[in-house]
Amino acid sequence: MNLNQDILPNREISFDPILYRKDFPILNREVNGTKLVYLDNAASMQMPQVVIDSFVDYQSRFHANVHRGVHTLSQEATDKYEAVRSKIRDLIHAKSENEIIYTYGTTDALNMVASTYGRQNISTGDEILISEMEHHANIVPWYMLAKEVGAIIKVIPITDSGEINMDAYTSMLSNRTKIVAVTHVSNALGTINPVKTIAELAHQAGAIIVVDGAQAVPHAKVDVQDLNCDFYAFSAHKMCGPTGLGVLYGKFDILNSMPPYRGGGDMIKSVTFEHIIFNDVPFKFEAGTPPISQVIMFGESIDYVNNIGIDRISEYESELLSYATKRANEIEGLTIIGTAVQKASVLSFTLKGIHPHDIGTILDQSGVAVRTGHHCAQPVMDRFNVPATTRASFAFYNTFEEVDELISAIHQVKEVFG
Amino acid sequence: MNDRMKQLYQELILDHNKNPRNFRTIDPADREALGHNPLCGDKLKLYLKINDQNVIEDVAFIGDGCAISKASASMMTTVVKGKTVEEAEELFTQFHEMSMGTLNVDTQENKLGKLTIFSGVRDLPARVKCATLPWHTLHSALHNKKEITTE
Repeated sequence: MNLNQDILPNREISFDPILYRKDFPILNREVNGTKLVYLDNAASMQMPQVVIDSFVDYQSRFHANVHRGVHTLSQEATDKYEAVRSKIRDLIHAKSENEIIYTYGTTDALNMVASTYGRQNISTGDEILISEMEHHANIVPWYMLAKEVGAIIKVIPITDSGEINMDAYTSMLSNRTKIVAVTHVSNALGTINPVKTIAELAHQAGAIIVVDGAQAVPHAKVDVQDLNCDFYAFSAHKMCGPTGLGVLYGKFDILNSMPPYRGGGDMIKSVTFEHIIFNDVPFKFEAGTPPISQVIMFGESIDYVNNIGIDRISEYESELLSYATKRANEIEGLTIIGTAVQKASVLSFTLKGIHPHDIGTILDQSGVAVRTGHHCAQPVMDRFNVPATTRASFAFYNTFEEVDELISAIHQVKEVFG
Repeated sequence: MNDRMKQLYQELILDHNKNPRNFRTIDPADREALGHNPLCGDKLKLYLKINDQNVIEDVAFIGDGCAISKASASMMTTVVKGKTVEEAEELFTQFHEMSMGTLNVDTQENKLGKLTIFSGVRDLPARVKCATLPWHTLHSALHNKKEITTE
């Protein structure tokens, strides 16, 4: 199938995904006898060879536990591991590397905030605002906290296009509001939320803001100081990195006043059976042997993405999305779920009379990998009155031809179901 | 479209998906059960009328799901109607074994008949639960359990 030239964006060839595709060995594999078209990047992005190699290099030459020994290997491993903290600081424009806490993922990071800051500061009758488009990871920890301390969860409604209803949000804020927890980019809808404005309003009401940035960091420039968010969480594996590693950014003064999360080695300065002195921020929140190799690999992922340029990635992905949206809209019976003005490269849709799981199975037979289901955002599905959607999510290594493969596979689904 | 897909999405399955048989409620029913596959959101409510001779006199379902689960539910109702509870249980066991790949319907004796059309799901692990959800729900209803999930 050829590109639909009429609606291809009129673009200068400033971004060539082919240059980067060769860095990703997995993109060469076949699935069900046909070339893989990987469009499930919002679930997990693939990993370039340099990042894979960095694991082998680290394990072959530098591996030891960090922050522990005086021997050479431990020192070298510690230096490499700690150097990544500054890379992450620069990636999200934090003020200090001490504001960067390594976690086991976005979910872990959000649970950390709920369990530490939450338990310390939230009590009976206090209100926590979350939006209707949150991932379960930014819903469940708050419900668990609310149940424990007697706080109240209020849900900020979203519009039919999948945007936060800002009027409703403004009217829900009061001096009872203590936490506002919102996603920067919706994994199910693609909506990019106006986090800076949401933060400003939250602060005016005396609340803090917690941002789920899992879908934002890999696709757009994030500046936590400009956004003025109090906490910002994201995962490594959604940006060419390994699973098992996430990041929690928090403003230093807030982190410094928080109790620790898990107890164990490395998060303490001294332990006697009578008295324990906790370590300083950020180590206070990093008990036990951390995911050392994952951190070092993620350092390579950040370098890789920086070499391409996050602004160029954003721009290209937005062209891809716009092309995919136009082509999808040409398909009769296809409804796009999530039509916000500001969107990241997520195309969630339904096909009239055809269940997403049948779509997913048939697409997979054409080598096209998409996510089908509720995307860990069941309230979003309820809001749009669908049991599930099919979601194609694009990365900078996807091509316009792959969008065509997707469209052609959707036509095949329609043929099967007549 | 490859052969595996042609085998799975056969005319009969597509027809039962489009025009599900016994797609209604029974009020009052002797037994009811709710089947739920949390992974894909499929929900199915099953109703049974069972007479004194332990025969399934009527069976019906409502719910929302993919073509595989809907067709499986529809075909199940047409097959178990008029069967005894014991016969239905035997079919449940054989259908389950076929879906898991432990019963080879081509070489091993079975009473599945046209239900063997679903044998292709054994090659698609993600879809096994779609085909078996209605049968698990039936099994629960026969054992007087009100609700099951596939997780």
